[in-house]
Amino acid sequence: MIHLMIDDKPIEITEGRSLLEACRENGIDIPTLCYHPALEPYGGCRLCMVELFQPPRKSRLVAACVYPCEEGLVVKTHSEMVLQSRRLTVELLLASAYNSPDIIALADQVGVGEVRFKLPEENNCILCGLCVRACKEITNISAISVIQRGMAKKVSTPFQVASSRCISCGTCVLICPTGAFKLSDVIGVRSDVPGEPPYLRRYYRVGSEIDLRPNFVQDVALLLGRKRDTE
Amino acid sequence: MNRLQSTSDFQTWQAAMAASWDETRPCLRVCDGTGCRALGSQKVLENLRAELARTNQDTPIEVVGTGCPGFCECGPLVTVYPQRISYQKVKPEDVSAIVQKTLIGGEVIQELLYTDPQTGKHIHLEPELPFYQKQKRFVLDFNGRIDPTRIEDYVALGGYTSLVKALTKLTPEQVVAEVKTSGLRGRGGAGFQAGVKWELCRKNVQKTGIGYIICNADEGDPGAFMDRSVVEGNPHLLLEGMIIGAYAIGIEQGFVYIRAEYPLAVENLRIAIRQAEEAGLLGTNILGSGFDFNLGIRLGAGAFVCGEETALMASIEGRIGEPRPRPPYPAESGLWGKPTNINNVETWANVPMIIAMSGLEYAKIGTEKSKGTKIFSVVGKINNTGLVEVPMGITLREIIYDIGGGIPNGKSFKAAQLGGPSGGCVPAEHLDVPIDYESLNALGAIMGSGGMVVTDEDTCMVDFARYFMTFIQEESCGKCVPCRVGTKAMVATLERICAGEGLPGDVDYLLEMGEHVRNNSLCGLGQTAPNSVLSSIRYFRSEYDAHIFDKTCPAKVCKGLISYSIDPEICNGCMVCLRNCTSNAISGARREVHTINPRLCTRCGVCMNVCKFDAVVVA
Repeated sequence: MIHLMIDDKPIEITEGRSLLEACRENGIDIPTLCYHPALEPYGGCRLCMVELFQPPRKSRLVAACVYPCEEGLVVKTHSEMVLQSRRLTVELLLASAYNSPDIIALADQVGVGEVRFKLPEENNCILCGLCVRACKEITNISAISVIQRGMAKKVSTPFQVASSRCISCGTCVLICPTGAFKLSDVIGVRSDVPGEPPYLRRYYRVGSEIDLRPNFVQDVALLLGRKRDTE
Repeated sequence: MNRLQSTSDFQTWQAAMAASWDETRPCLRVCDGTGCRALGSQKVLENLRAELARTNQDTPIEVVGTGCPGFCECGPLVTVYPQRISYQKVKPEDVSAIVQKTLIGGEVIQELLYTDPQTGKHIHLEPELPFYQKQKRFVLDFNGRIDPTRIEDYVALGGYTSLVKALTKLTPEQVVAEVKTSGLRGRGGAGFQAGVKWELCRKNVQKTGIGYIICNADEGDPGAFMDRSVVEGNPHLLLEGMIIGAYAIGIEQGFVYIRAEYPLAVENLRIAIRQAEEAGLLGTNILGSGFDFNLGIRLGAGAFVCGEETALMASIEGRIGEPRPRPPYPAESGLWGKPTNINNVETWANVPMIIAMSGLEYAKIGTEKSKGTKIFSVVGKINNTGLVEVPMGITLREIIYDIGGGIPNGKSFKAAQLGGPSGGCVPAEHLDVPIDYESLNALGAIMGSGGMVVTDEDTCMVDFARYFMTFIQEESCGKCVPCRVGTKAMVATLERICAGEGLPGDVDYLLEMGEHVRNNSLCGLGQTAPNSVLSSIRYFRSEYDAHIFDKTCPAKVCKGLISYSIDPEICNGCMVCLRNCTSNAISGARREVHTINPRLCTRCGVCMNVCKFDAVVVA
């Protein structure tokens, strides 16, 4: 067993667990977005930052979801430094997800006042990576991944073409914390190309960008046929 | 060549190579590094060879393309041996004069010599150039002397003797101990004790039985080219350091992660690895010692963040170049989950020297906490742009004025950005700061990998910070929120300030957000991302205030805050500015005073540059 001190409370936990698990098991509430107990921790949303005291070092913020419990750690989860960090992180999330009810609720909870920076384009996807990790770790499919970097980063299929890997299980939709991943069940939609035979398809989208169609072969055949016609 | 089977084989070979090495023979050494190549050194080399073949000398004169000796400002560099006459800014058409006058006639060509800007005197010999006077060249010693594509040259000058010494005279533990004693600290940025890292990794490798070493050659800071020049100019030095490191830590497989944008470095490194393998200095049973070590090259695909060690390892593994949280540190769980030791090129390149001279001797160079030498690439508003290797503890003033030759055109020094975009600026009042890890940290800058960008009075520090912040923001991997969105928010604020739309409170916002990004980001890139902004606010807050409150840019750089006009007293109507204006904003006729239409003017500054009478004024 490992002994640590969280919010001045002595806590015992088995080895190999994270600070976040230690907190949650002891009834200490820490907000998270990119964390899911069924998945490998990611450390991307930075909402679970806690203050770690390791004298003589200056106290610092660490992500509780990925920081392992070590003997004798002293941690504060609601210090002024932590609360300020949460407010600013949620404020940054609101820069693009300003209409997401979940993020707005979170902002109320952590006490975000004014949002001082907004991106021109609204985007509810906060790149928490849950959908990507679920697709890989739970369903073992890996139909989607994050592509590009920085502000251009997004969830997509390899090479941004329709993926034949997707099995339409909907795990990504269920796990998305902001509702960015929408199940657009469009069974019965006809092909938009006049004169072509209608075919059935289902697909999932992030925003309005990608299109994970399971019937890849059929699509390619259609595309090829269409190309031949125009030539 | 035949594979060397034992250390005595090596010694025989080395003795032969050393005997054939003769710097008193006539020889032309031409810098063939990337910098000089860009200035046309390959054509110079080609012409030299052709000219020499034509003149048909009795004693053949060798022409050697070497690595970068550092004096990039004056390239292409040609050094005439044995006298070591240093010719600079050599053009392909100067070649016949060099051969006819200097090599045959024994005469020095005055026009090709370096002229001291202070005294106006010509300097004949390479060792007398003020640029080299205060340098202490250990790592760069062979750059400019050897042909980097010939292992024989490196061996002739004593290369690979440190490896032999380590293999025959020292146990792996003793090698680690030597590196620890030397006090060598990582040259890649953070300055962690290399020996401590090695010891930690060695312990873990003994438990797991397998581990890796990596050389981080993903140098990406704007204006930094230390690692490139070492790999280009003396790749065997890096190899020797890595082989010694592998022996000390107990590793059989290493990787050099080098950016694909360094084609010459990659080429020379490939050649070096092949030669070392053929000579039996790499591969199985190195020099008959029973020690095996293989080295592979992995190319970076242009992501700055892959210089961060965990992102680098992910990239080698074939995954997305994203950092992961530490702990676990690479020494515990690195490449493919195995203990891994990552060092930067310059760190590895220091190792042979430490083994050759002993850790204790090495520790005598430098300051109490920062040992050895450090290479800086000095660029920006400075007379002698180039690569300098100086002992730790030298002052910034010595680097900028004595080695760098001061600021061009009689302008005054404003600040030097140390450590690239992750570093900070050091203003004029701290010019006498000794260059060591602690002193620079205390000033809000960092040693970093050794990039040094010098600015003068004409540089706007807000614009300068905006440039570095934009770079970092574009290179953020986007995994964590503070770095992805926080840097974007900071860039947007800086852009607004530079455009003249700054608001009261913007500086406070930058400070608050900078602090947040620094404390909350996942990896080193994000944690150091706001440094350039925070340090420029610390030293040049008045410039920020001028932009925001007075709506002026003191350095007259920010386009949204300046305007160009023509002084009617001076303008003689020569029409040069009018013809050169890219946006047809200047009107006037010959011998009539010209005027600039501020609405059409894009503030590009061309009119000011072309006016021979200084009639164009910026306000």
